[in-house]
Amino acid sequence: MLKLKKFLFKNGPLLATIAIFIVVYWIGGRLYPAMRNPQVFFNLFINNSSLLIISIGMTLVVLMGGIDLSVGGMIALSSIASAALLQMGINPILVMLMILIMGVFFGLIMGTIIHYLKVEAFVVTLMGMFFTRGMAYVINSSSITIKNDLYRFLALTKIPIPFIQNAFIYIPTLVGIILLVVIFLVTNFSFFGRTVYAIGNNEQSALLMGMPIARTKILVYAISGFCSALAGIVFSISLLSGFGGYAQSMEMDAIASVVIGGTALTGGVGNVFGTLFGVLINGLIVSILQFNGTLTSWWTRIGVGVLTLIFIGIQSLFYVKKRKA
Amino acid sequence: MKNNSRKKPPLFVRFRQSRVFWPIITLVLILIFDGIYAPGFFKIGIVDGHLYGNLIDVVNNGAPLILVAIGMTMVIATGGVDLSVGAVIAISAAMGAVLINPALGNVLISVDILTENVSRTPLWLIILANLAAGTACGLFNGFLVSRARIQPMVATLILMVSGRGLAQLITNGQIMTIYYTPYFFFGNGFIFGLPVAVYIVLAVLIIAWMLVRKTSIGLFVESVGVNAEGTYYSGISEKNIKLLAYTFCGFCAAIAGLILSSYVKSADANNIGLNYELDAILAVVIGGTLMAGGRFSLIASLIGALVIRTFTITMYTIGVPANALLAAKAVLVLLVILLYSDQSRQLLNNLFERKKEIDNA
Repeated sequence: MLKLKKFLFKNGPLLATIAIFIVVYWIGGRLYPAMRNPQVFFNLFINNSSLLIISIGMTLVVLMGGIDLSVGGMIALSSIASAALLQMGINPILVMLMILIMGVFFGLIMGTIIHYLKVEAFVVTLMGMFFTRGMAYVINSSSITIKNDLYRFLALTKIPIPFIQNAFIYIPTLVGIILLVVIFLVTNFSFFGRTVYAIGNNEQSALLMGMPIARTKILVYAISGFCSALAGIVFSISLLSGFGGYAQSMEMDAIASVVIGGTALTGGVGNVFGTLFGVLINGLIVSILQFNGTLTSWWTRIGVGVLTLIFIGIQSLFYVKKRKA
Repeated sequence: MKNNSRKKPPLFVRFRQSRVFWPIITLVLILIFDGIYAPGFFKIGIVDGHLYGNLIDVVNNGAPLILVAIGMTMVIATGGVDLSVGAVIAISAAMGAVLINPALGNVLISVDILTENVSRTPLWLIILANLAAGTACGLFNGFLVSRARIQPMVATLILMVSGRGLAQLITNGQIMTIYYTPYFFFGNGFIFGLPVAVYIVLAVLIIAWMLVRKTSIGLFVESVGVNAEGTYYSGISEKNIKLLAYTFCGFCAAIAGLILSSYVKSADANNIGLNYELDAILAVVIGGTLMAGGRFSLIASLIGALVIRTFTITMYTIGVPANALLAAKAVLVLLVILLYSDQSRQLLNNLFERKKEIDNA
């Protein structure tokens, strides 16, 4: 009994998130019978694959008590950069590698500035956001279409879901799911993951415990950079084009998803697994609005805002209780 | 801090140690750059009895940013941040446009009625509604932060995400063009040759300055920023100070929305005041107020906002495309941040100290 109570306290916000996802989905299914089609569920993954990828990176950063606002700009930059490189006729595999290295490198620079020059993560990554978006427009101020065969193959190949008829996902959709599993394992079962949680809880004591603060911090920003570059590739594959205006204010969607997923913005508490549900809820609101058809697009924003508020309420409820217990 | 027994340091040293030193240096550097690379930047002419020129543009276009930066300074000084100012600007602008609009809501009417130079509501009521809407938003943020104890970033993120949705809800998703001439006064009007916006900024600045420096509110704000718990135990209502700061920030954003919508003569819920929260935070950071809270200076933030506006207009003048401007802005901020970081300050101070020692010896 005590064990169950402990489990509930530890995973309360996460369970609440999952419960709300199921309830909202059930209500949607009651209102719009077409939503009961299993493909609608898989569409949540397909439509939000890049949001999922950046949210995973963001979860790590937030767990560590930091924040990364540059992810949206990075998506735009890597989408236009890959489109421009492909237009020049460079091997697509090489292009992807270059983009990923660029993302890691950018994250490394930001992490270094944040850690060694002691500038607030908020300000540095804000600068990163300006820089990436500006550079994206410098490369090309209009949209570039991707005509590469490999990209087209990746974008258009459907993978059927076993045992469910007519349900499918695309190849890039798998990237987010694989990444989720990898990061989940890393955060929960590795020294690196425990260090991230320790820094998020209290950087000073983590330092006193002899944990490698500098290395971990910079590495986390590098991982976030990697994730956003990866998301940019996925984004450009699914739209088969690159544009500097893509993923506008997507960093805010990612932060909202992380918060809805039960990760505290103060750091140290949360789970990558919850972020998955944060992203799914985000996507679910959009699809319900689409099924409704009469509600206008701005209700998405209001809905996400209200949901974030509710989840923060749930979180603070749990954390206050935890402190008393 | 005044200590009469000790000799006052020379003026230059006092200036170098003051808050406004770095922002002013940055501004001066940009202006020197203008003087060299953009001839005619300083030219001020008189057109139709109004002063006219790049410098006037900096102040006129920069007015909304300065206002938002003043509000943001108060919030950041309490150790918080307000991400919702852009959305509040949109809400305030939408409020104004909807109240002016001579036709109500969805009613299908002719263009003639829509483009008529009349208002459905008297002007004073429009201004009041604008300011009330923004202040209410600020109050909402303040309640979330001070009473519900939500971290400022998240609390204001809620309004940032949903605020533009609310603004679209108010304008019914349309970009509303305003044809009511008296409303244009705030953004396009002139008094004694200077833009009206300048007077509004001055008025708000003086009120804010009186509030924080002639009463103890400023001291309370700083003490909340340094140590909220300690402030609470010294018998100051730390909650109400935070509430006040966020409400004031919402109020400032509302005035900015009024000026902006009056300047562009329309209310576009999606684009008006876009990225203002970021520019305002940058202005405060350039002004030397720490994001962690504590000591702040309204004047330094004002200069920070001017730095950003001057830089923007400079870039336009020398022909940098608007799209590449973002990257250039990032480089500027990076330089300023590096200039501000403790390490480089230490280096510079050491340099000055050593020079003095050599001089003495």
